[in-house]
This record gives sequence, structure tokens and C-alpha cells, in this order.
Amino acid sequence: MSIDTSLPADSVGVVAARSAHFAAPLTLKSGAVLPGFDLMYETYGELNAARSNAVLVCPALSGHHHAAGVRADDPSNVGWWDNLIGPGKPLDTRKFFVVGVNNLGGCHGSSGPISANPETGRPWGADFPLVTVEDWVAAQSRLADLLGIDAWAAIIGGSLGGMQAMAWAIECPTRVRHAVVIASAPKLTAQNIAFNDVARQAIITDPDFHGGHYYEHGTLPRRGLRLARMLGHITYQSDDLMAEKFGRRLRAGGRKFSYEVEFEVESYLRYQGDKFAASFDANTYLLATRALDYFDPAGNAGGDLTAAFAPVRADFLVVSFSTDWRFAPSRSREIVDALMRNRRNVSYAEVESSAGHDSFLLDDPHYHALLRAYFDNITV
Amino acid sequence: MNAPDIRMDYDVIASWVGEGARVLDLGCGDGALLRHLKDRRGASGYGVEIDVERVIAGLKNGVNVLQIDLEEGLYDFEDQSFDLVIISNALQTLHRTEKLLREMLRVGREAVVSFPNFAYWKHRVAIMDGHMPVSDRLPYQWYDTPNVRFFTIADFEQLCGKLGIAVRERLVLDDAGQPVTDDPNFLGSFALYRLG
Repeated sequence: MSIDTSLPADSVGVVAARSAHFAAPLTLKSGAVLPGFDLMYETYGELNAARSNAVLVCPALSGHHHAAGVRADDPSNVGWWDNLIGPGKPLDTRKFFVVGVNNLGGCHGSSGPISANPETGRPWGADFPLVTVEDWVAAQSRLADLLGIDAWAAIIGGSLGGMQAMAWAIECPTRVRHAVVIASAPKLTAQNIAFNDVARQAIITDPDFHGGHYYEHGTLPRRGLRLARMLGHITYQSDDLMAEKFGRRLRAGGRKFSYEVEFEVESYLRYQGDKFAASFDANTYLLATRALDYFDPAGNAGGDLTAAFAPVRADFLVVSFSTDWRFAPSRSREIVDALMRNRRNVSYAEVESSAGHDSFLLDDPHYHALLRAYFDNITV
Repeated sequence: MNAPDIRMDYDVIASWVGEGARVLDLGCGDGALLRHLKDRRGASGYGVEIDVERVIAGLKNGVNVLQIDLEEGLYDFEDQSFDLVIISNALQTLHRTEKLLREMLRVGREAVVSFPNFAYWKHRVAIMDGHMPVSDRLPYQWYDTPNVRFFTIADFEQLCGKLGIAVRERLVLDDAGQPVTDDPNFLGSFALYRLG
């Protein structure tokens, strides 16, 4: 009798990551020039003959190219948006050719702080230039060129991923037919930037950070990255959800009159922090939070989001979640209003969910039904 | 709301919509009216709906739907940004009637309002018999109705007068979907108005 290792019928199955090298220099918004770069990506489904069924999945802060399916060497490593992508799922790979990407500056194989600087042969570390959401779009557009995709049927992303979808629609209006922007915002609030700065300070002030050149010192700023993630994690959840999940429950042993882990919520946060610090690069975290801070298309248009969206030709679906206080529904409404003022096709849903910002990664039935209905109507 | 002659309502509204008009449909349900206006008149625009199941149905119908609570008002929408603002069989489900009517004509050059006539003779008979009316046009029991405002053709026209809203056209239908001309507040079960 053989052990059943089969995957669910609606899984894209075992997937292999690919790397693409782009030799032409890329001038970034900061003015810095990358001499060339690599991007890691995965694809699911088949590109049709008309090349009209491609969907780009833009990663959020800690996301990467492994969006669906499992890795051959590690069947437990399921893609971060696997509940959305697959045969028969809302983003149906029988219809669409779906592309996941690890962004520039990432730490999962694309050029970034942990990859080698071609000039020195050593890791870039803190010398890797700061990149913006628009730079990511420029890099992703080279991947589209490579794959022979003139126009994406859709670009979808949550949070920071939603910002990439918006930036695509502004920067490359003829290359995106539909933009699906989930739990996102047209720019961060002061409070949001403040959270990001505390996270960065936790990393930068870690004695093991060494100005971002910790690889050379054989250390990792684990404590700082762990704190940054713990803080982030609190803000991605709602007060209600944490009350429901943990309340004031104490671990076995009750109060010890110490600063050890006593409350369940402390245990959970430390676990999440440790897990993240063991698998993510601190320089990438710094860089990606800065990309979030800088994203402000209206800022390039005199503060007028309607003017910023003037070039947009894509149809939009915008989704927010009722308890998401980090990217609140009112922020999504700003996106919707600016699109309406440009007479674009836009639909908007505010999904009731107790899970806060993280809702966009979950499979709430209404949320997924909305996405399914929208994707089903996209012609390919 | 599955009134038997709903297509008739849609056709009347379609006849009031200019070719290629930009419309806003408040309480758009599953988007069937917007779809109808898109197919028949080449209209474009948005539906507004509070219920997520209906938002999903609207997306399936291929129309733009915005999940917004109309009780908030229409602050998202700019002055005179639509040719027509429609509220089809939904005004009776909203509390802030006066505000909404004013807002509709701020946002749209014209407005279309349709609603069930509470003073329809069968409804009067039900009340005379001691019960709240249940009919094709008021298909709910008193304890599960989404309706929160109960008004008649006469009441509505009085309110339009008070708000200085001109009635451009009116069509009153009976239960069979036939136009009613005599004593519409008694013989008509459903009324459609073009306002502006």
C-alpha cells in the first residue's frame, strides 16, 4: 500500500520556481541604476495562443513568487495565496495563466540585499538601492515582455500588492485590462508610516544590524526583525479577533509574577516573530516598508488622486474589509471615488470580516464569491 | 422583489433614459435594471447596493456595483455627474427620504423614482379587514419587511411639492402592469416618476 501524497483536485499541484535575468540596466526612481537584475517567478495554468489570459499576482510586504501549489522538495510549503488560485478556484487556472513574482529587493531569489552585488561579488546588504512601487512595476513589466504578455487580463494584489496593481494601471495603462485592488490605500496615513518606522527602528537599533552589513559580520538582526513582525502582526489583526482568539487567557501555570510568556497572546506573537525572523531578510523588510511609505500617486499630481488616475484605462474591482483599521474601508473609497471621477468602470465591496487587514489572505465565502464573479466575467 | 411585471417597469424606465446616458442606480439589487439599460440604451454608470449577496449578483451581471450604505447619503458623488439617478422600488426601504431625494437631484440632472402605492385599493381592503397588506407589490409580512417608509402616490407628490421638485412624467400601473389613468391613488399599485 502506497502512502497517499495526492494533492486536492483544486490545487495547481507541484510547482517549480524560475529565475529570469534582465541584462539591461534599470534606472530607479531614486536615480540609482541597477546594472541588471534577476526576478524569481512561478506560473500556473497555460498562456493561451492570443496571450490574453495572463494574470499577475503582486505580493504584499512579506509575499513572494510562491503564490500557489506546493514545492516538490517540501509538500508542506503551500503558496501564500493558494486558497485563491487553482483549477476551479476564484482565480481559475483552467481559464487564466497566473504569474507570481518575487519583487526587486526581495529575499527569495530576486535581486536584493542578500544577493551578490556584481561589482563586488559580495552581498549588497544595505547598499542595495531603495526601490519604489513604480520601480517594481518597471521590473515586472520586463518580466511581462519576457513572457510575451502585452497586456495583462488582470493584475491583482492585496495591501502593498494592491498598490502595485494601481501603479500598473497608472504607469502602463494599455498593459492592464483589469485591476483588482484589495485591502489597500492610495497612500499611507501618518499612523501607518509611524508603525513602519517603529518596525524599522527595531531592526536598525539591533546590535547585530551593523548598518545593514550583517552578512559580512556573520550575524542577523533577529531580535529587531522579530519585534518588527510582532508589531506588524498586531496591526494586521483586529481587536475583536485577538479577543476571540486569545482573550486574556493564560498559559498553563497562570501568573508567575514575571515577564516570561504568561498570556496566550504573548506566546502567539513571539512564535510569529521567531518564525518570520528565521525566514525573512531584515534589509528587505526595511526596503519594502519604505516602498509602502513612499507610494503616493496623488503626490506626483499635486495631491489630486483623480488627476493621478487620469491615464488609467483598466476596469477596477476594489475590496476592503470592515475591521481592517490599518487599510480602512474609507481608504478604499478614496480609490473608488477617484476612479469614478475619471468615469472608469469600478466596483467596490466592503466585506464583513472580523480578521482585520489579514482578511485578504483568508477565504471568507463572500470575499471569494466576489472575486469569482469578477474574474468569471473577464474575457480572455 | 419579484413583481410579475418587473420588465414593464424596466421598459418604462428605459424609455426615459437617453441613448448612452450615464446613470446611477440606487438600491440596484442584482443589477438587472442596469444591465437592461446597458443592453437597451447603451447606458453606463454604477449601481449602489448595501447587501453583499446582491453585490455579488451584480458583478455576475457584469455591471459596476458599489457597496455603499445609502443612509450615509451620496457624498461620494459629485454634483450633476450623472444624467439620471434612479431609485427603483427601493425608496420605501430607506429612512432619510427627503435628504435622498434632494441628493439625487444634486448628483443627477434628472431622477427616476418608482415605488409601491400603499393606498392601492387592495391594500386599503387589507387594512379594512384589520391586516397589513401583503400583495405582489408589497410581498412582505409586517414582521419581515425591508420597507421602513409607507407612503402613497398622493403623499409622494405632496413631498415633491414641498421640496420644489418638478414632476416631468408619471406612470401608474395596476397589478397587471397596465397603465392607470383614473384615480391612480386608488387603482394603481405601482408608480414611476421622472423628476427634475
